[in-house]
Amino acid sequence: MNIHEYQGKELLRKYGVSVPDGKVAFTVDEAVQAAKELNSNVVVVKAQIHAGGRGKAGGVKIAKNLDEVRTYAGELLGKTLVTHQTGPEGKEVKRLLIEKGCDIKKEYYIGIVLDRATSRVTLMASSEGGMEIEEVAEKTPEKIFKETIDPLIGLAPFQARRIAFNIGIPKELVNQAVKFMTGLYTVFVEKDCSIAEINPLVITGDGKVMALDAKLNFDSNALYRHPDILEYRDLDEEDPKEIEASKYDLSYIKLNGNIGCMVNGAGLAMATMDIIKYYGGEPANFLDVGGGATAEKVTEAFKIILSDNNVKGIFVNIFGGIMKCDVIATGVVEAAKQIGLSVPLVVRLEGTNVELGKNILHESGLNIVPAESMADGAQKIVELVGK
Amino acid sequence: MSVFINKDTKVIVQGITGKTALFHTKQMLEYGTKIVGGTSPGKGGTEVEGVPVFNTVSEAVKATGANASVIYVPAPFAADAIIEAVDAELDLVICITEHIPVLDMVKVKRYMEGKKTRLVGPNCPGVITADECKIGIMPGYIHKKGHVGVVSRSGTLTYEAVHQLTQAGIGQTTAVGIGGDPVNGTNFIDVLKAFNEDPETYAVIMIGEIGGTAEEEAAQWIKANMTKPVVGFIGGRTAPPGKRMGHAGAIISGGKGTADEKIRVMNECGIQVADTPSVIGETLINVLKEKGLYEKCKTH
Repeated sequence: MNIHEYQGKELLRKYGVSVPDGKVAFTVDEAVQAAKELNSNVVVVKAQIHAGGRGKAGGVKIAKNLDEVRTYAGELLGKTLVTHQTGPEGKEVKRLLIEKGCDIKKEYYIGIVLDRATSRVTLMASSEGGMEIEEVAEKTPEKIFKETIDPLIGLAPFQARRIAFNIGIPKELVNQAVKFMTGLYTVFVEKDCSIAEINPLVITGDGKVMALDAKLNFDSNALYRHPDILEYRDLDEEDPKEIEASKYDLSYIKLNGNIGCMVNGAGLAMATMDIIKYYGGEPANFLDVGGGATAEKVTEAFKIILSDNNVKGIFVNIFGGIMKCDVIATGVVEAAKQIGLSVPLVVRLEGTNVELGKNILHESGLNIVPAESMADGAQKIVELVGK
Repeated sequence: MSVFINKDTKVIVQGITGKTALFHTKQMLEYGTKIVGGTSPGKGGTEVEGVPVFNTVSEAVKATGANASVIYVPAPFAADAIIEAVDAELDLVICITEHIPVLDMVKVKRYMEGKKTRLVGPNCPGVITADECKIGIMPGYIHKKGHVGVVSRSGTLTYEAVHQLTQAGIGQTTAVGIGGDPVNGTNFIDVLKAFNEDPETYAVIMIGEIGGTAEEEAAQWIKANMTKPVVGFIGGRTAPPGKRMGHAGAIISGGKGTADEKIRVMNECGIQVADTPSVIGETLINVLKEKGLYEKCKTH
């Protein structure tokens, strides 16, 4: 789960990680009021959306007085920002972070992530603040320093110190930087982060080490133990169909094609998208109905797939292992009847009781095209939608 | 022969009184798996499906001589269940549970260092040695005894591949689901090594998906060490970056972990990769024919 920058900074502050003073604003008046309270000559007005690249897209403005705050807040609120991470449709700005400006002397990068190869949490840092770490990794990999963290010890002070010296933090600020990194690591493990990225970390003219930006993502499997983090969830930032799907324990991701897919199992669901593409079609979604695909779940899955207006046909691909094909076929027929399906439907069933399942589909009187294999099904739906 | 499990493997089911566990206990018993006990704290001394229930794993191991366990306990308690099994010094622990917090698994892996136990999973369908022992949730009847090993990050894709093989008269030694999580116990290389050493396994199917670099590392290992042909499949060529495709580990992040990159490295290492999941079996059969192994693998 993603959260906004201002929420991330709020959390960091609680853990003693220093961040500039700031406040969230939902309206222009709130923005001006927040700026007044900051009592600063320079105020930064930052658009809050769940995507990086806001600065380059014009989502970060520096205001020298309250009139400018009013102007910029008015411009940004309601504006659709298009960054390299939002996709071409962009994201509407509904919240602003009004923050005290600071005198930046130098920018760095600090990030904490899971390293899958070692199964350990890793602290990464670079002197190239403000640049995307992937870009640094590609162009100047020697400027990235890493420390692998033992979960039994946590981030050892010497590791944080080594990082600070390696990236060239001035020696009088190293202790502050160590405290910063230790705090960041504590947030990471205590709140089950999947990413904690500070880009840039800055040192200021008055000798402070601070997080100028904060990107915190959380492991959705651990949210059950963090009700406070769950409160940060902003449903405006998520696809409504994905939210609806999650209510029924369906794993759904919207894509840009026109062939809806309903599959059991994540691997098979991905492979189904791939095979549609292989035969010249475009998948409209990823959808895993899970192992126990009941009639109710199948019905909800159909509804969600069809709520995407681009969908011109549906491919159901089920490998009935433990789940019997006749049960799944009954579910598909019931769901199709209930919804009054108007687009072509190709169903490929394989596994236990497959003949029974095929009979149920055939005798339903519905226009369901049976498929003999994944390849056959993919070719059929691509052809039907192409017509 | 086979890898990891066989007809003599004695299994306990952790969390045996849960609904899913009970269902699969019944299925495993029907397949012929030696389920010798189960655990459910507070229900020790009772019996389900004719299997004795114990309060703790160590008690169950002592009483039954079990050397493997399978875990069906809910995600918030699964890490503890794995640690309990490792503490009881079982040879093999298979964790079916999905949605375990990843930092729990980081701790579990650290705890397991230097211990004798092998963990398979979590978030996996389990391990099956055809006609001998099934530990997990896979449909038993699609498997057929033979000479092809299967290792996969995805459950349903494993079934798909196994089914294609069986339909074509090609049996399997063992199918191992290593699971779809970013931190897991057994990786591709562990399983490939075991298949390489197993005299009954003549060829291997390796099924991967987007996310991480486990497939690339496995491909390099295969190039350097594997004496048996391996064919592959990678799911997620059309997956958009930055989105978790169902499995916690199936995500392209920072441009890393794409299907195309994995396929490129696998091809470079001499591994044929099936274009679509529909032709995994066919791809393997072609390679078997090329290598003169087809007749040996074909079960009559």
